[in-house]
Amino acid sequence: MRGFSLVLRRELALSWAGGGGPVLALGFYLAMASLLPLALGADPARMVAVAPGFAWLVLALASLLSLERMFERDFEDGALDLIALGPAPLEMTALAKGLAQWAAITGPLAVLAPIVVVALGAPLSLAPIVVTCGLIGGLSFCFLGGVGASLSLGSRRGGVLIALIVLPLFTPPVIFGAGAIEAFGAALDWRAPLLLLCAYSLAATALCPFAMAAAARNALS
Amino acid sequence: MFDFDAGRYAVFVWPAYAVTGLVFAALILDSLLRARRWKRAAEAQKPGAPE
Amino acid sequence: MFQALVNPERFMAFSRWAAPLLGAIALVLAAAGLFLDFQAPPDYQQGYTVHIMFIHVPAAFMSEFVYACLGVASFLSLVFRHALATAAARAAAPLGAGFTLLALITGSLWGRPTWGTWWVWDPRLTSVLVLFLFYVGYMALESAIEDEAKAARAAAILALVGLINLPIVHYSVVWWNSLHQRSSLLRTDGPDMPAVYLAPLLLMLLAYMAGFGALWLVRVRGEVWRRRAAVLAMRAAG
Repeated sequence: MRGFSLVLRRELALSWAGGGGPVLALGFYLAMASLLPLALGADPARMVAVAPGFAWLVLALASLLSLERMFERDFEDGALDLIALGPAPLEMTALAKGLAQWAAITGPLAVLAPIVVVALGAPLSLAPIVVTCGLIGGLSFCFLGGVGASLSLGSRRGGVLIALIVLPLFTPPVIFGAGAIEAFGAALDWRAPLLLLCAYSLAATALCPFAMAAAARNALS
Repeated sequence: MFDFDAGRYAVFVWPAYAVTGLVFAALILDSLLRARRWKRAAEAQKPGAPE
Repeated sequence: MFQALVNPERFMAFSRWAAPLLGAIALVLAAAGLFLDFQAPPDYQQGYTVHIMFIHVPAAFMSEFVYACLGVASFLSLVFRHALATAAARAAAPLGAGFTLLALITGSLWGRPTWGTWWVWDPRLTSVLVLFLFYVGYMALESAIEDEAKAARAAAILALVGLINLPIVHYSVVWWNSLHQRSSLLRTDGPDMPAVYLAPLLLMLLAYMAGFGALWLVRVRGEVWRRRAAVLAMRAAG
């Protein structure tokens, strides 16, 4: 466990520090939120209907932004080679990278999400569910994103390729999170979709590190 | 014997069949041409070698 | 028979006659299917558009079936590092994408007269759309990595991740659809379907399956030759 906490601390430091940490993703989130009323016309009724879903979707998209860097820096400066050869299993490092991404990027996004949702006209009462879904769903986005990032190592296309690989995989968490938010807002059963989201996120956290490690080994070979 | 009278649905039904035919034709041609090209390339490298 | 799948030489000998045979079978089945297709009467609800069902349902089925084949080939490729498995995975992807595209286009044309819009977020069509994106992602990843062996392995990992996710995607889309109480557009009544529809449908499905088999074998043969050409070229140069 001590080994893991060391690895995790390194990854957290890298995620927070490198390239301004969450600033990029947060800025993207705010920018998209600002564009919605411009695109829809500032009619509050229309925006209220769309706001929760839109805020949720853009949270998912914003979490794609820093994915390239998840493995790339270590890959390029040779650190990934050392990590792969080292005592800690690569899967553990992958787990740490995913968790660090979650803490550094999706965490702040989840905190910003209710502000965005309210700014777009939705009621404040949605805040708890939006934050919860953001945090839990964020795990899925980070780990699925990690799979995309590790698979694209050494490819020429980088960011867009990662998005193309990862976005269709986002379908279940996006659906479950949106379902939970909508049900909460309509005073329907929000626990079922939230549980489904939890289940998916836990599965992703548990399984994706294996795919990430396999992909990283492939890129290093 | 055959019912080809599509009526007002003709603009939907016939293009569906046409697209199906086109995609199959494209897949068949691509597969066959590709295989033939690589067969020639392999045989050019080593003429007379058995398959 | 198993040898033909494992040993490249035996595979080439096997596929040499198997591919054209499957192709011929596919054509005969398609002819029979289309024959019965256009003898079937218009559906009391869907009218003449029921005829699209005979080319949509097989395409949709094949899009999923081919992805499963892609997944199995990818698994074998990763675990056994067998060249034929790798070739099979690579060969299947464009075929699967083609079927998926057909399912989407015919599905859209099928839905338009009934629902008035060119696209309906019917659970099955939505699943097929996500599946199409899986195929596109697979092919994009494979072509984006220069080293061929690495590209094949990366794509294989992605295929398996996608295969595991596919049932979850299905479930989530169906769940979402039930939430919004939209009725399923493209209902096919299953075993309750009258024989006059079921017969051509099954024939077309078998025709598509045989056609896939034939084309898959042809493409794998192409891959085998491609590798041979590359290996021979390297030996000649080195």
